[in-house]
Amino acid sequence: MNKRTFVCALLALALAGGPALAQEAPGTIYDAHVNLHDIASVQRGGRIFFNYCAGCHSLNYMRYERIAHDLGLSEKQVMTDFDFNGVKFGDHAISSMPAADAEKWFGKAPPDLSLEVRARGENWVFSYLKSFYLDPTRPVGWNNTVFPNASMPNPLWSLQGVQTAVFAPAKAGHDPQVEKLELSRPGLESPEQFDRTARDVTAFLTYVAEPNTYERDRLGLWVILYLVGFSLLAVFLKRDYWKDIH
Amino acid sequence: MAAAPDAWKPSNKILAWVEDRLPILGFMRSHTAEYYAPKNFNFMYFFGSLALLVLVNQIVTGIFLAMNFNPSAGHAFSSIQYIMRDVDWGWLIRYMHTTGASLFFVVVYLHMFRALMYGSHKQPRELLWVIGMLIYLALMAEAFMGYVLPWGQMSFWGAKVIISLFGAVPVIGNKLVEWIMGDFLPAGATLNRFFALHVIALPLVLLLLVVLHLGALHTSGSNNPDGIEIKQHKGPDGKPLDGIPFHPYYTVKDLVGVGFFLLVAAFIIFYQPTFFGLFLEHDNYIPANPLVTPAAIHPVWYFTPFYAMLRSIPSKGLGVLTLFSAIAVLFFLPWIDRSKVKSMRYRGTSYKVALAVLALTFIWLGKIGIGESTWIGDTYIARALTGVYFAFFLFLWAYTYFGWEKTKPVPDRVTMHE
Repeated sequence: MNKRTFVCALLALALAGGPALAQEAPGTIYDAHVNLHDIASVQRGGRIFFNYCAGCHSLNYMRYERIAHDLGLSEKQVMTDFDFNGVKFGDHAISSMPAADAEKWFGKAPPDLSLEVRARGENWVFSYLKSFYLDPTRPVGWNNTVFPNASMPNPLWSLQGVQTAVFAPAKAGHDPQVEKLELSRPGLESPEQFDRTARDVTAFLTYVAEPNTYERDRLGLWVILYLVGFSLLAVFLKRDYWKDIH
Repeated sequence: MAAAPDAWKPSNKILAWVEDRLPILGFMRSHTAEYYAPKNFNFMYFFGSLALLVLVNQIVTGIFLAMNFNPSAGHAFSSIQYIMRDVDWGWLIRYMHTTGASLFFVVVYLHMFRALMYGSHKQPRELLWVIGMLIYLALMAEAFMGYVLPWGQMSFWGAKVIISLFGAVPVIGNKLVEWIMGDFLPAGATLNRFFALHVIALPLVLLLLVVLHLGALHTSGSNNPDGIEIKQHKGPDGKPLDGIPFHPYYTVKDLVGVGFFLLVAAFIIFYQPTFFGLFLEHDNYIPANPLVTPAAIHPVWYFTPFYAMLRSIPSKGLGVLTLFSAIAVLFFLPWIDRSKVKSMRYRGTSYKVALAVLALTFIWLGKIGIGESTWIGDTYIARALTGVYFAFFLFLWAYTYFGWEKTKPVPDRVTMHE
């Protein structure tokens, strides 16, 4: 993936020259810079996820109760801000959209997102969220430069605004290629604000893919400190036993 | 091994009573406090005891995983997530198991390389080496079947590719593949039998082989970095002059190795459990789907050197033959290498160079086998490296058979390098 990014960047530089340096080639994978220890970011991401994504996408392996516990939220907060399905606190966050209907509507049922970040990487998810554009040739009217021909409409369009594609002149026998994406209708958020939104959602999904992260980080320090002590003791013990061996 | 009439007796009366009827304490003593190992072991000698440690870790964590894992095509994937999220300490147990699997191979590869460095496979330890190779073979089968169990995309497609290798067997190939899978594709039947083999059959084989490995080791005695036999110089008490009791000297020394090894393992388990997608691969976080092929199918890193050989050869039959020969040739190493000098310290320069080339070849092949790159040149490089791999053994045979090797004089007694 990195190699492709690099080639894309090189191509963009070669084609666009100096003034267009700020424009990345379509399909570029951006660095998400997710920080799971910024709990507020993960919490915001959770709120956006449950307001904009959870209508279609489930988190099959994630319980509301666990989210509350790990992100320092109260039962009331999670049950009113996250759980719009009216299920129990201990239940999994499963979308109420019937899979059979979803398949009819979108051609493919929206995938479970519990492990999406583990499967694709946080940078991919972040970039995917930023790369939707209007495409009247697609069944749902949207396309995506990171995942071409994805059958998913942009759920965050009201925040991001609407992007449209600028096509490069098509070579004979080839389909026209997207040259860049343009914000043709601004949304409620500025591009900088939307970057933060996409990062927050990515942070939340990164947490969801590995909810033991916080416990792992905390515990790891103590285990390593213990092992350092153990190793030092072992070294001294060995030296003492071996002092007569030459 | 049986207690002789004048054998050591425990002073405690109850233990002495037991000892009279079952000389188990004497047996343990003869393999620890009474087992004399050369005093000049270096860093490379940690990996045997570490392999044993990892084996114990795999068995203990494996027992707890098996309590919560559901070996069925419909539930295997989600039961792993159940372990990771809902089982108390499940994530730690699983990461100990997955990290342990990869570190097992790290330790075993270093252990094998140590043998090549100091000639531990040579006379009189040929059988020790062969048993070790059998352990390696069993370990590969064990690891492969374990990797299928989470039933992710790479589990499924890796299983499909590796099992299909048996399709290269003439005449019965296709039937053999179906017989192994119990279906026409890897399916629930495959998962169930792999689970049985992974948790019962192969661990039993591994344990038996480890006992035989240790038995053979304690019969001929440990080799050492100087590659000389300490039994040739015994003191008046009949103990080797350059030998020290394994316990307590090497038990405390191995504790140092254990400490550092566990530190490395802890860093991985707690801070990089997927090890950058090498120990736990990204595609395996997607449930197995027979209808969607992943972009790149490859086995886990410890098999990729052999996998690169397979892929670089355009004919399936020839590729599979090459892959199996690459492993089989290792069994014959003690007879290919005819040098009387064991340790590379006193062997010809060409041997040291060839050994370094072999190591680099293996690592480079492993890198190509992971298949991140789609550059066509890699196919040719892999083909050349496969040639280099086999050339090592041919060279080694000619080099030692025709006496081209210029060895240095071997010291009489072991040397200490503090």
